[in-house]
Amino acid sequence: MATVGVRDVRKSFGNFEVLHGVSVDIADGDFVVLVGPSGCGKSTLLRMLAGLENISAGEISIGGRVVNTVAPKDRDIAMVFQNYALYPHMTVFDNMAFSMKLAGAPKDVMEQEVGRAAKILGLETLLQRFPRQLSGGQRQRVAMGRAIVRNPQVFLFDEPLSNLDAKLRVQMRSEIKELHQRLKVTTVYVTHDQIEAMTMADQIVVMNHGIIEQAGPPLVLYDRPANIFVAGFIGSPAMNLIAGDIDGDVFRTPDGTAWPLPPGTRVTPGPVTYGIRPEHLRLDPEGMPALVQLVEPTGSETQVLFRLGETQFSGAFRERVTTRPGDMLRVGPDPALVHLFDKATGQRI
Amino acid sequence: MTDAAASTASTNSGSDQSETMAWDSRARRMVMLWIPLGCFLLILLFPFYWMAVTALKPNAELYDFRNHNPFWISSPTLDHIRLLLFETSYPRWLWTTMIVAVSSTVLSLFASTLAAYAIQRLRFRGSQYVGLGIYLAYLVPPSILFIPLATMVYNLGLFDTPFALILTYPTFLIPFCTWLLIGYFKSIPYELEECALIDGATRLQILRRITLPLAVPGLISAGIFSFTLSWNEFIYALAFIQSSERKTVPVAILTELVTGDVYQWGALMAGSLLGSLPVAIFYSFFVDYYVSSLTGAVKE
Repeated sequence: MATVGVRDVRKSFGNFEVLHGVSVDIADGDFVVLVGPSGCGKSTLLRMLAGLENISAGEISIGGRVVNTVAPKDRDIAMVFQNYALYPHMTVFDNMAFSMKLAGAPKDVMEQEVGRAAKILGLETLLQRFPRQLSGGQRQRVAMGRAIVRNPQVFLFDEPLSNLDAKLRVQMRSEIKELHQRLKVTTVYVTHDQIEAMTMADQIVVMNHGIIEQAGPPLVLYDRPANIFVAGFIGSPAMNLIAGDIDGDVFRTPDGTAWPLPPGTRVTPGPVTYGIRPEHLRLDPEGMPALVQLVEPTGSETQVLFRLGETQFSGAFRERVTTRPGDMLRVGPDPALVHLFDKATGQRI
Repeated sequence: MTDAAASTASTNSGSDQSETMAWDSRARRMVMLWIPLGCFLLILLFPFYWMAVTALKPNAELYDFRNHNPFWISSPTLDHIRLLLFETSYPRWLWTTMIVAVSSTVLSLFASTLAAYAIQRLRFRGSQYVGLGIYLAYLVPPSILFIPLATMVYNLGLFDTPFALILTYPTFLIPFCTWLLIGYFKSIPYELEECALIDGATRLQILRRITLPLAVPGLISAGIFSFTLSWNEFIYALAFIQSSERKTVPVAILTELVTGDVYQWGALMAGSLLGSLPVAIFYSFFVDYYVSSLTGAVKE
């Protein structure tokens, strides 16, 4: 187990810089999720941690030791790949024992270690099978087993669940989380799925265009997103972001609709972006009359798409809402849960 | 596709129509598959049949088509084969050809595996151009190349030895095998090697324990290709070997079995037939691998 330090790391492919100076500190035993849209540089950063990509500038340390020029095998890490990367011509046992075989471990040690990992993951009966004889979830487990056997200081996961179907993904998500709680090994996990990030992480690092937009615990990112990008990225359904101006003690959209500001706001009048999460809208007899455009019941909640003047926004209600497109509903935001962002910089006000 | 369409149609409609559909698909199969396949087989196998028939015919029948059916033998004889095996150095030629073909195949496979791996996976500076250069070397025809090669062979003192062939055949085998293997290595997921790298393997260990076992079909087709080409090679074997007993089969049957202007057709055909057997046997062992390497990639 170890801390991981990333200090002002940059990465260029030719003249094209994909990481523009990224710094993260990962505490010992933390589960950190790197999340962001495709092409934001999260996988590149992970591959640099693994030693599969060179570092153009900056410094990466694992357990206090700078590893910039250390070969992947000497970094004491284990990585789980998106397509599992199981060796197709080897049995599950041989796949899991491969690293020990290379290190020249005696046979009984190999059997003991593989047995231990297989027991953790429930793979005991599959050890003599080949990867092609396994289901997607089983392959995923073997890939993790191979990582566990190495007893690494840091686990690296590169979108490990994206090849699984939705139901299995949820199941494996909790298995990985459980595994982490059991082994308490520092883990860096890359995904583009913000739900995976929210549910699994101790710390989330939101990346976009090769920079870190915000890093922190999931609920901090949810409650106090640092900028418009994080506000729109974290949370599902996504936060409503409405352009307009501060006008006295209300927020006013260009079509003149007034929205309440958080209590005690002291903001100079001017253009801002007003953010309110769908689940923080309430059905309120005193609220604004909005036209219902679309109703999507999911069972546990009802998502409704509204139009108010020129503005479209969505609401999610825990109570059963019996409404139909074309109805008018009175809704209002919970003022305490409103977010305001500077229009020019996108930063939180 | 056709079957599926036919069966869907038959479940939907009455029995009359389904019979028509079945007949239709049977007739279709005949025209689309069996007749072309039959023609193909006939054209492909006829030379072998002709070789076999000629090899077993007595000379009287062989040179008299008026009184004898050219496609059939009335009184088969083993005379030609006896002549070939016991009165010429044929067994020796066969052995030489085998040694030369196997050695140059092994040599070429070894060199092209390393070359292809380096070009495809190590991606050193200019690796693309090296790959292209190797391929261009393949385009130089042997009928030009044999002149400078002859000088080199002579200066190295290899003239009239099997080494002259073992070392010159790779000039055309390596380029092709390298290109075939580059394509094959490309189909092996890169993550497997990265994973092995993290697991602690060196480049050579990765090549030996991960890449090569997965590239076996590719290696086999490269091997078959090399073996066949070396077995049948003519121009280098003709130019670099002089003494009768050191010749390879294709050259020897032509130079030793044509005496003056007399073609000993029976012995010639017997020699060709026996000479093509090893290649055919070699193919039959590995035909599955050969096909899979040309049509598919590594399956996880």
